[in-house]
This record gives sequence, C-alpha cells and structure tokens, in this order.
Amino acid sequence: MRQALSRLTLPVLMAVAFALVLVGKADTLLEMRLRVALDDALAPIYGAMAKPLMRAQDSIGWVRGLLDVQAQNVRLRQENDRLLRWQRVAEALALRNRELEAELHWMPPRPATFVTAPIVADTSGLYAHAVLVALRRGHTVHKGDIALDGGGLVGRVTEVGARSARVLLITDLNSRVPVMLVGSHAPALMVGTNASMPKLTFWPQGVVPREGERVVTSAAGGVFPADLPVGTVHYSRAHVAEVLPDARLDRLDIIRLFDFGSLGTVAPEKAARRHRIGPP
Amino acid sequence: MSDRLPGIRPAPTLASRLDAAGRAAFPAASTALGLLLISAPVGLPAAAELRLAVAFTCVFFWTVFRPASVPPLVVFVLGLLCDLLGQAPLGLDILVLLAVQGVALKLRRVLEKQGFVRVWMAFASCAAAASVATWLGTMALTMRLLSATPAVATAMIAAGLYPVLAFPLSRAHRTLAEPRHA
Repeated sequence: MRQALSRLTLPVLMAVAFALVLVGKADTLLEMRLRVALDDALAPIYGAMAKPLMRAQDSIGWVRGLLDVQAQNVRLRQENDRLLRWQRVAEALALRNRELEAELHWMPPRPATFVTAPIVADTSGLYAHAVLVALRRGHTVHKGDIALDGGGLVGRVTEVGARSARVLLITDLNSRVPVMLVGSHAPALMVGTNASMPKLTFWPQGVVPREGERVVTSAAGGVFPADLPVGTVHYSRAHVAEVLPDARLDRLDIIRLFDFGSLGTVAPEKAARRHRIGPP
Repeated sequence: MSDRLPGIRPAPTLASRLDAAGRAAFPAASTALGLLLISAPVGLPAAAELRLAVAFTCVFFWTVFRPASVPPLVVFVLGLLCDLLGQAPLGLDILVLLAVQGVALKLRRVLEKQGFVRVWMAFASCAAAASVATWLGTMALTMRLLSATPAVATAMIAAGLYPVLAFPLSRAHRTLAEPRHA
C-alpha cells in the first residue's frame, strides 16, 4: 500500500504542477504574490551577502588600479580637461535655459522623488531579464517606478514587496519603451529582445536612425517622462537598428528608483495659481 | 533506512537522530542553496542557464544514486524555487524537473550498474530534452516565437557541468549524505 502510494506521488505532483501552470496563466496575481513573498524573505539574506562581495570586488579593483596607476592618471587628466570644457558649456546653457523659462512662464514639472537601493540578486531567467532590489521596511517605491543607474534607463519596477522590488530590465522580452531619436526628434519604440541590446522599431517614414544617434525616452503613452537618457543607436551585423544602452546592465550594483507620479502634469487650477496665468 | 537492516545497535540519541536527519536532508538542502547562490550578485555569466543546469544535474544525480533523499515533493519545491527565482512561467520548471526525475527513476536500475561515461551520456540526453521542453513550454505559455539559444546553452552547460558536480556529489553520496555514517 505504502509503495503504491509512493509510486503515485510523482504523477500526482506532475498533475498539480500542470494545474499550477494553468492557474498561473489565468491568475497572474498568484504568481506575483508568491514571487513577492520569496523576494521579501531572500532580499535581506542577499543584501547581507552583497556587502562582503562588494568589498571583495572593490579590493580587486583597488589592486588592479595600483597596477596601471600612471596610465589611469594620464587618462583622467585628459578626461578632466574635457569635462571642465563641458562644464562651462553646461553652465552657459543652464543660464540661458533659466532665462528662456522665465520668459515663457514655463511650468516646471513636479520634481521627482527617488530612492537609491542596491541590486542584491540577478533574477533573470532563460527568457526574462530582471533584478532584485533590497529595500527597507516602510519604503515609498511603487509598481511602475522608473529605474536608472548612473548612465541611463535601466527598467521599470514590476513587483513590490515589503522589503524588496523586482525591476524588469529594458532588455526583457516584455519591455516596450517609447523613445525619441535626438537628432531627428522622431518618435520610435524600443523593444526588448532578450539580447543585450534592445531593438528599435516603428520610427516614422522618411527618418532613418543614424549610427551613434542619441536615444532618450519620450513622454508618449504617459508611462515615462521625456528626455531620460537611454542609449545610442547601433546597427547590428544583420543591419537591424538596436540601442546600445547607457546603463551598465551587465554590472548593475546600485540604482535609483524614481517616482515621477503622474508624470509632472499639474492640475490646471493649481498651475494657474502658481504662475499667475489666466484671468486675474 | 538503518532500522530496516538487521543487527544490534545502540538506541538512537537526539544527537544521532539530528545527524541522520541532516544527512538525509543534505541533497535537497545543498541543491536549494546552490540555486540561491547562483542568483547572488557575484556577476556570474549565464546565471539563468546555470541555475537550470544545476537543478537538472542535482535532481538527476540524487534520483539515480539516492532516490529516497529527493522525493518528488522536494523536487516540486526545487522546481518552484527555479520558477520564482528565474521569472519563468509558474509551474513550468516544476513540470520539467519532475519529468527529469521520472526519467531518472525509470533508468536508475540500469544506470546504477553503468560506468561514469554512460551515466553522463544519459544525463546529457535527458538535460537536452528537458531544455527543449523548457523552450517549447515557454513559447506555448507566452504565445511567442523565442530563440532556441538559451535552451541550447542550458543543455550544453548541463552536459559540461555534470562531470564537475558528479565528483563532489559522489563523494558526498558516500560520506555526508550517508545515513549509516550517522
């Protein structure tokens, strides 16, 4: 009897797994809840592991840095000169921008709030690209918040728990980001393909994305704010337009999760009060 | 297990019971720990492929050589862990891992008596079939045509990983996971 039962366990569990596949397909909330529960349990453990690992990586970097300190010095000096030139340009542009904004009674968008958090695990699957972020209890991160690293757009928050959040990367198959080609101001859609570079699609007729052209987010669709840095256009060997991301997606360690709220749209009466526009 | 063997032995104390339980849990616990460690932020290349390959290897090895230590319920939990960690469609990795166990259970009487290379070949074929099943299953569940490259990579990593893992696992099979040493 016991043997017969133990022989039955495998087929019964396979049937349960099959049922779980069907239930998971019909009710995505169940899958999300399970994932959030596991993430919340694991995030503090991964977080504790991440600290010594980061320290070890830092020490390796330090030793490497010692080895080519002279070459690095020369490179940094050149870079510093270049950046100082750009700083002057930026200051001049910022001043001009302020003048123009004052002239036009420009309504500045609501400043975005953000949370900086460490990436504690790579939760990518065979056909999914995501990372796990450790958060403190009582955090203010919401589903849909936008993740950026020092370079540019990383992805969007898809699941939020009490102590963790999952960020779907822009390279994931399900990622669709409305973007703008800076050179031509043409809108396009950046589609994740599971490869390291997302594909560029749906640009208007008569516009051809140029190799090396800057790509920024577009506010079309109301999901992303405009002008977040995304990457540069790059043509693959098969002559497919792709985007080389500015974010270091293969070596993410710390990211910022931005809450742009309702994307800076201010209620009309408030805007009128703030900038004294309209009838007195 | 040791209770079923004839002989006179001292009554089990709490410590020896804990020891025996620890040894019995070693295969499942070490596999789960391995799966969790692969996701740790150490910058492992192809972590997703590696995670599945480790799951295939451990489930196959322990099912062939010590089936009592990885009952189907444990494999179910390991599959669920893979699903949740790797953002796979819920239940898919569970089904595939249970199928790997089913195949290993069918073949174990034959494989137990075979040399290392034959077991390795049997595993490589089983892992290749499991990787293809994962690929086809994901395509069916997401209703999308997907590249076969990750599945091929998983099959190759699993085949390459087996000899690397089989050595410490067979050592553990004879020492750490052996309840009679408790």
